[in-house]
Amino acid sequence: MPEHYEDHDVNAGHPESEQHIVSPMVYFIIFLALLVGTGLTIGASYLEMGPWNPVVAIFIACVKATLVVLFFMHIKYSSKLMKLTVGAGVFTFLILVGMSLADYFTRAWGQW
Amino acid sequence: MSDSHAVATTAEAGHHEHPSYQRHHFVSMEQQNETVSFGMWLFLLTEIMFFGGLFTAYLIYRNWYYPAFVAASHTLNIVEGSLNTLVLITSSFTMAMGVWCAETKRHKGLVWSLIATLILGLGFLGIKADEYHEKYVLHHIPGTTFSAEGFVHPNEEALKAGEKPLAPDMAAKTEVYFSLYFAMTGMHALHMIIGIALLSGMLFKAWRGGYMNGHIAFVENFGLYWHFVDIVWIFLFPLLYLISRHQ
Repeated sequence: MPEHYEDHDVNAGHPESEQHIVSPMVYFIIFLALLVGTGLTIGASYLEMGPWNPVVAIFIACVKATLVVLFFMHIKYSSKLMKLTVGAGVFTFLILVGMSLADYFTRAWGQW
Repeated sequence: MSDSHAVATTAEAGHHEHPSYQRHHFVSMEQQNETVSFGMWLFLLTEIMFFGGLFTAYLIYRNWYYPAFVAASHTLNIVEGSLNTLVLITSSFTMAMGVWCAETKRHKGLVWSLIATLILGLGFLGIKADEYHEKYVLHHIPGTTFSAEGFVHPNEEALKAGEKPLAPDMAAKTEVYFSLYFAMTGMHALHMIIGIALLSGMLFKAWRGGYMNGHIAFVENFGLYWHFVDIVWIFLFPLLYLISRHQ
Protein backbone atom coordinates (compact mmCIF):
# COMPACT_ATOMS: atom_id res chain seq x y z
CA MET A 1 0.00 0.00 0.00
CA PRO A 2 2.81 2.50 0.59
CA GLU A 3 3.35 2.58 -3.20
CA HIS A 4 -0.09 4.09 -3.46
CA TYR A 5 1.03 7.16 -1.52
CA GLU A 6 4.19 7.78 -3.45
CA ASP A 7 2.22 9.47 -6.21
CA HIS A 8 0.67 11.75 -3.62
CA ASP A 9 3.73 12.68 -1.67
CA VAL A 10 2.73 15.93 -0.01
CA ASN A 11 6.34 17.03 0.13
CA ALA A 12 7.10 16.40 -3.53
CA GLY A 13 8.11 19.73 -4.97
CA HIS A 14 8.04 21.37 -1.55
CA PRO A 15 11.56 20.89 -0.28
CA GLU A 16 11.14 23.89 2.03
CA SER A 17 8.63 22.04 4.20
CA GLU A 18 11.27 19.57 5.35
CA GLN A 19 12.05 19.86 9.03
CA HIS A 20 14.73 22.49 9.46
CA ILE A 21 16.58 22.66 12.76
CA VAL A 22 17.59 26.23 13.53
CA SER A 23 21.01 26.37 15.20
CA PRO A 24 21.48 27.81 18.72
CA MET A 25 23.84 30.40 17.22
CA VAL A 26 20.98 31.89 15.18
CA TYR A 27 18.78 31.96 18.30
CA PHE A 28 21.53 33.69 20.26
CA ILE A 29 22.12 36.36 17.57
CA ILE A 30 18.37 37.06 17.44
CA PHE A 31 18.31 37.22 21.25
CA LEU A 32 21.11 39.83 21.18
CA ALA A 33 19.31 41.77 18.44
CA LEU A 34 16.15 41.84 20.59
CA LEU A 35 18.17 43.15 23.55
CA VAL A 36 19.68 45.89 21.36
CA GLY A 37 16.18 46.75 20.10
CA THR A 38 14.90 47.02 23.68
CA GLY A 39 17.80 49.33 24.57
CA LEU A 40 17.16 51.48 21.48
CA THR A 41 13.44 51.84 22.17
CA ILE A 42 14.04 52.83 25.81
CA GLY A 43 16.71 55.31 24.73
CA ALA A 44 14.51 56.77 21.98
CA SER A 45 11.68 57.34 24.45
CA TYR A 46 13.79 59.95 26.29
CA LEU A 47 14.44 61.97 23.11
CA GLU A 48 12.05 64.76 22.19
CA MET A 49 10.79 63.86 18.71
CA GLY A 50 7.24 65.21 18.92
CA PRO A 51 4.81 63.10 16.89
CA TRP A 52 7.68 60.81 15.83
CA ASN A 53 8.13 59.24 19.30
CA PRO A 54 5.25 56.74 18.91
CA VAL A 55 6.21 56.12 15.26
CA VAL A 56 9.80 55.25 16.19
CA ALA A 57 8.66 53.10 19.15
CA ILE A 58 6.16 51.14 17.01
CA PHE A 59 8.70 50.77 14.20
CA ILE A 60 11.29 49.25 16.56
CA ALA A 61 8.59 46.99 18.05
CA CYS A 62 7.64 45.82 14.52
CA VAL A 63 11.28 45.00 13.71
CA LYS A 64 11.60 43.03 16.97
CA ALA A 65 8.32 41.18 16.35
CA THR A 66 9.41 40.33 12.79
CA LEU A 67 12.67 38.85 14.10
CA VAL A 68 10.73 36.74 16.62
CA VAL A 69 8.26 35.50 13.96
CA LEU A 70 10.94 34.73 11.35
CA PHE A 71 13.52 33.02 13.56
CA PHE A 72 12.11 32.02 16.99
CA MET A 73 8.82 30.96 15.35
CA HIS A 74 10.60 29.41 12.33
CA ILE A 75 8.54 31.14 9.66
CA LYS A 76 11.70 31.87 7.64
CA TYR A 77 12.21 28.09 7.37
CA SER A 78 8.53 27.17 6.88
CA SER A 79 6.57 26.18 3.79
CA LYS A 80 5.05 28.73 1.43
CA LEU A 81 1.61 27.86 2.83
CA MET A 82 2.67 28.96 6.31
CA LYS A 83 4.35 32.12 5.06
CA LEU A 84 1.26 33.04 3.07
CA THR A 85 -1.05 32.32 6.03
CA VAL A 86 0.95 34.49 8.41
CA GLY A 87 1.33 37.21 5.79
CA ALA A 88 -2.40 37.20 5.01
CA GLY A 89 -3.21 37.32 8.75
CA VAL A 90 -0.92 40.29 9.37
CA PHE A 91 -2.26 42.05 6.27
CA THR A 92 -5.87 41.63 7.45
CA PHE A 93 -4.85 42.81 10.91
CA LEU A 94 -3.24 45.95 9.47
CA ILE A 95 -6.37 46.71 7.41
CA LEU A 96 -8.65 46.38 10.45
CA VAL A 97 -6.45 48.45 12.76
CA GLY A 98 -5.28 50.90 10.09
CA MET A 99 -8.76 51.69 8.76
CA SER A 100 -10.20 52.11 12.28
CA LEU A 101 -7.40 54.47 13.32
CA ALA A 102 -7.58 56.41 10.04
CA ASP A 103 -11.27 57.01 10.71
CA TYR A 104 -10.93 58.18 14.30
CA PHE A 105 -7.79 60.25 13.77
CA THR A 106 -9.28 62.22 10.85
CA ARG A 107 -12.77 62.98 12.21
CA ALA A 108 -11.72 66.40 13.45
CA TRP A 109 -9.23 66.96 10.62
CA GLY A 110 -8.57 70.68 10.10
CA GLN A 111 -10.82 71.75 12.96
CA TRP A 112 -8.02 72.44 15.43
CA MET B 1 -17.44 -15.41 8.70
CA SER B 2 -15.71 -15.05 5.39
CA ASP B 3 -16.94 -11.43 5.23
CA SER B 4 -15.43 -10.41 8.55
CA HIS B 5 -12.20 -12.09 7.52
CA ALA B 6 -12.15 -10.07 4.33
CA VAL B 7 -12.69 -6.86 6.24
CA ALA B 8 -9.86 -7.69 8.60
CA THR B 9 -7.44 -8.33 5.73
CA THR B 10 -8.36 -5.11 3.99
CA ALA B 11 -7.83 -3.13 7.19
CA GLU B 12 -4.46 -4.77 7.67
CA ALA B 13 -3.42 -4.12 4.11
CA GLY B 14 -4.48 -0.48 4.42
CA HIS B 15 -2.39 -0.06 7.52
CA HIS B 16 1.00 1.15 6.31
CA GLU B 17 3.99 1.43 8.60
CA HIS B 18 4.19 4.64 10.62
CA PRO B 19 5.17 5.73 14.14
CA SER B 20 2.55 5.27 16.85
CA TYR B 21 2.14 9.03 17.29
CA GLN B 22 1.22 9.58 13.66
CA ARG B 23 -2.54 9.88 13.26
CA HIS B 24 -3.90 7.42 10.76
CA HIS B 25 -5.47 10.00 8.46
CA PHE B 26 -2.14 11.70 7.73
CA VAL B 27 0.02 10.51 4.85
CA SER B 28 3.29 11.32 6.58
CA MET B 29 4.69 12.90 9.75
CA GLU B 30 5.64 15.95 7.68
CA GLN B 31 2.01 16.39 6.69
CA GLN B 32 0.84 15.92 10.30
CA ASN B 33 3.38 18.41 11.67
CA GLU B 34 2.53 20.95 8.98
CA THR B 35 -1.19 20.58 9.72
CA VAL B 36 -0.69 20.99 13.48
CA SER B 37 1.51 24.09 13.04
CA PHE B 38 -0.98 25.51 10.56
CA GLY B 39 -3.79 25.13 13.09
CA MET B 40 -1.62 26.68 15.81
CA TRP B 41 -0.88 29.67 13.59
CA LEU B 42 -4.57 30.17 12.81
CA PHE B 43 -5.23 30.25 16.55
CA LEU B 44 -2.39 32.73 17.09
CA LEU B 45 -3.75 34.96 14.31
CA THR B 46 -7.13 35.13 16.10
CA GLU B 47 -5.18 36.08 19.23
CA ILE B 48 -3.40 38.84 17.31
CA MET B 49 -6.81 40.17 16.19
CA PHE B 50 -8.01 40.06 19.81
CA PHE B 51 -5.05 42.03 21.19
CA GLY B 52 -5.24 44.29 18.12
CA GLY B 53 -8.68 45.43 19.28
CA LEU B 54 -7.22 46.45 22.64
CA PHE B 55 -4.29 48.25 20.99
CA THR B 56 -6.67 50.13 18.70
CA ALA B 57 -8.90 51.16 21.62
CA TYR B 58 -5.81 52.36 23.48
CA LEU B 59 -4.55 54.47 20.56
CA ILE B 60 -7.98 56.03 19.94
CA TYR B 61 -8.47 56.98 23.60
CA ARG B 62 -4.90 58.25 23.82
CA ASN B 63 -5.66 60.53 20.90
CA TRP B 64 -8.86 61.80 22.58
CA TYR B 65 -7.60 62.27 26.15
CA TYR B 66 -3.98 62.97 25.31
CA PRO B 67 -2.94 65.02 28.42
CA ALA B 68 -4.51 62.45 30.77
CA PHE B 69 -2.77 59.57 28.99
CA VAL B 70 0.60 61.34 29.07
CA ALA B 71 0.31 62.15 32.79
CA ALA B 72 -0.95 58.67 33.71
CA SER B 73 1.77 56.88 31.74
CA HIS B 74 4.40 58.88 33.66
CA THR B 75 3.31 57.11 36.86
CA LEU B 76 4.28 53.68 35.47
CA ASN B 77 7.45 52.14 36.82
CA ILE B 78 9.82 52.24 33.85
CA VAL B 79 12.57 50.29 35.64
CA GLU B 80 10.26 47.35 36.38
CA GLY B 81 8.76 47.60 32.89
CA SER B 82 12.19 47.44 31.23
CA LEU B 83 13.27 44.62 33.54
CA ASN B 84 10.16 42.66 32.55
CA THR B 85 10.96 43.17 28.86
CA LEU B 86 14.42 41.76 29.51
CA VAL B 87 12.99 38.82 31.47
CA LEU B 88 10.43 37.96 28.77
CA ILE B 89 12.87 38.21 25.85
CA THR B 90 15.30 35.96 27.75
CA SER B 91 12.50 33.47 28.42
CA SER B 92 11.70 33.44 24.70
CA PHE B 93 15.36 32.64 24.01
CA THR B 94 15.44 29.81 26.58
CA MET B 95 12.21 28.43 25.07
CA ALA B 96 13.74 28.52 21.58
CA MET B 97 16.71 26.63 23.02
CA GLY B 98 14.26 24.13 24.54
CA VAL B 99 12.77 23.48 21.09
CA TRP B 100 16.29 22.96 19.71
CA CYS B 101 17.13 20.52 22.53
CA ALA B 102 13.93 18.57 21.81
CA GLU B 103 14.71 18.50 18.07
CA THR B 104 18.23 17.21 18.73
CA LYS B 105 17.04 14.84 21.51
CA ARG B 106 18.98 16.40 24.37
CA HIS B 107 17.12 15.33 27.50
CA LYS B 108 19.05 17.41 30.07
CA GLY B 109 19.14 20.46 27.82
CA LEU B 110 15.38 20.33 27.32
CA VAL B 111 14.67 19.99 31.04
CA TRP B 112 17.00 22.87 31.95
CA SER B 113 15.66 25.11 29.16
CA LEU B 114 12.11 24.53 30.36
CA ILE B 115 13.10 25.17 34.00
CA ALA B 116 14.76 28.45 32.96
CA THR B 117 11.69 29.44 30.93
CA LEU B 118 9.41 28.60 33.87
CA ILE B 119 11.50 30.63 36.36
CA LEU B 120 11.65 33.63 34.00
CA GLY B 121 7.89 33.39 33.39
CA LEU B 122 7.19 33.36 37.12
CA GLY B 123 9.69 36.22 37.58
CA PHE B 124 7.76 38.27 35.04
CA LEU B 125 4.50 37.70 36.92
CA GLY B 126 6.21 38.57 40.22
CA ILE B 127 7.45 41.90 38.90
CA LYS B 128 4.01 42.53 37.34
CA ALA B 129 2.36 41.81 40.70
CA ASP B 130 4.66 44.37 42.35
CA GLU B 131 3.61 46.95 39.75
CA TYR B 132 -0.07 46.14 40.35
CA HIS B 133 0.53 46.58 44.09
CA GLU B 134 2.03 50.02 43.41
CA LYS B 135 -1.15 50.93 41.50
CA TYR B 136 -3.20 49.77 44.49
CA VAL B 137 -1.20 51.94 46.90
CA LEU B 138 -1.58 54.99 44.62
CA HIS B 139 -5.36 54.38 44.16
CA HIS B 140 -4.81 53.95 40.43
CA ILE B 141 -6.97 50.83 40.10
CA PRO B 142 -10.20 51.80 38.26
CA GLY B 143 -13.34 51.46 40.33
CA THR B 144 -14.69 52.83 43.59
CA THR B 145 -11.24 53.29 45.16
CA PHE B 146 -9.84 55.14 42.13
CA SER B 147 -8.53 58.64 42.78
CA ALA B 148 -7.30 61.14 40.17
CA GLU B 149 -6.32 63.54 42.98
CA GLY B 150 -2.60 63.10 42.26
CA PHE B 151 -3.12 64.38 38.71
CA VAL B 152 -5.07 67.51 39.78
CA HIS B 153 -2.65 68.32 42.59
CA PRO B 154 0.71 66.71 41.78
CA ASN B 155 3.01 66.37 44.79
CA GLU B 156 6.32 68.25 45.20
CA GLU B 157 8.30 65.43 43.65
CA ALA B 158 6.12 65.24 40.54
CA LEU B 159 6.13 69.05 40.11
CA LYS B 160 9.92 69.08 40.33
CA ALA B 161 10.03 66.38 37.59
CA GLY B 162 8.08 68.78 35.33
CA GLU B 163 4.59 67.32 35.84
CA LYS B 164 1.81 69.83 35.11
CA PRO B 165 -1.48 69.78 37.07
CA LEU B 166 -4.48 68.65 35.02
CA ALA B 167 -7.98 70.15 35.10
CA PRO B 168 -10.31 67.87 37.15
CA ASP B 169 -12.35 66.73 34.12
CA MET B 170 -9.22 65.75 32.18
CA ALA B 171 -7.63 64.18 35.28
CA ALA B 172 -10.73 61.96 35.62
CA LYS B 173 -9.87 60.49 32.20
CA THR B 174 -6.72 58.93 33.64
CA GLU B 175 -9.15 56.22 34.82
CA VAL B 176 -9.63 55.31 31.13
CA TYR B 177 -5.86 54.95 30.78
CA PHE B 178 -5.65 52.68 33.83
CA SER B 179 -8.67 50.64 32.67
CA LEU B 180 -6.89 49.97 29.38
CA TYR B 181 -3.61 49.39 31.22
CA PHE B 182 -5.20 46.70 33.39
CA ALA B 183 -7.17 45.19 30.50
CA MET B 184 -4.08 44.91 28.30
CA THR B 185 -1.47 43.85 30.87
CA GLY B 186 -4.12 41.69 32.61
CA MET B 187 -4.97 39.77 29.42
CA HIS B 188 -1.25 39.42 28.75
CA ALA B 189 -0.66 38.15 32.30
CA LEU B 190 -3.55 35.68 31.90
CA HIS B 191 -1.84 34.32 28.79
CA MET B 192 1.37 34.02 30.81
CA ILE B 193 -0.45 32.10 33.58
CA ILE B 194 -1.99 29.69 31.05
CA GLY B 195 1.45 29.33 29.45
CA ILE B 196 3.09 28.58 32.80
CA ALA B 197 0.46 25.91 33.54
CA LEU B 198 1.12 24.23 30.16
CA LEU B 199 4.86 24.66 30.66
CA SER B 200 4.73 22.93 34.07
CA GLY B 201 2.98 19.91 32.55
CA MET B 202 5.49 19.82 29.70
CA LEU B 203 8.42 20.08 32.12
CA PHE B 204 7.05 17.16 34.15
CA LYS B 205 6.75 15.03 31.01
CA ALA B 206 10.22 16.07 29.78
CA TRP B 207 11.70 15.29 33.20
CA ARG B 208 10.18 11.79 32.99
CA GLY B 209 12.01 11.32 29.68
CA GLY B 210 9.31 12.50 27.28
CA TYR B 211 9.77 14.18 23.86
CA MET B 212 12.89 12.11 23.10
CA ASN B 213 11.29 9.94 20.39
CA GLY B 214 11.12 12.71 17.78
CA HIS B 215 7.46 13.50 18.48
CA ILE B 216 7.85 17.06 19.72
CA ALA B 217 4.79 18.78 18.20
CA PHE B 218 3.67 19.91 21.67
CA VAL B 219 7.05 21.48 22.48
CA GLU B 220 7.19 23.26 19.11
CA ASN B 221 3.64 24.59 19.30
CA PHE B 222 3.96 25.64 22.90
CA GLY B 223 7.09 27.50 21.75
CA LEU B 224 4.98 29.32 19.15
CA TYR B 225 2.49 30.30 21.85
CA TRP B 226 5.22 31.51 24.21
CA HIS B 227 6.88 33.62 21.49
CA PHE B 228 3.49 35.08 20.61
CA VAL B 229 3.01 36.20 24.24
CA ASP B 230 6.48 37.75 24.00
CA ILE B 231 5.46 39.65 20.84
CA VAL B 232 2.39 41.06 22.60
CA TRP B 233 4.65 42.42 25.34
CA ILE B 234 7.07 43.83 22.73
CA PHE B 235 4.17 46.10 21.65
CA LEU B 236 2.61 46.67 25.09
CA PHE B 237 5.83 47.93 26.65
CA PRO B 238 6.50 50.90 24.31
CA LEU B 239 2.81 51.81 23.98
CA LEU B 240 2.04 51.88 27.70
CA TYR B 241 5.38 52.87 29.23
CA LEU B 242 7.47 54.66 26.65
CA ILE B 243 5.73 56.79 24.01
CA SER B 244 4.78 59.58 26.42
CA ARG B 245 7.96 59.42 28.47
CA HIS B 246 9.69 62.50 27.01
CA GLN B 247 6.79 64.92 27.68
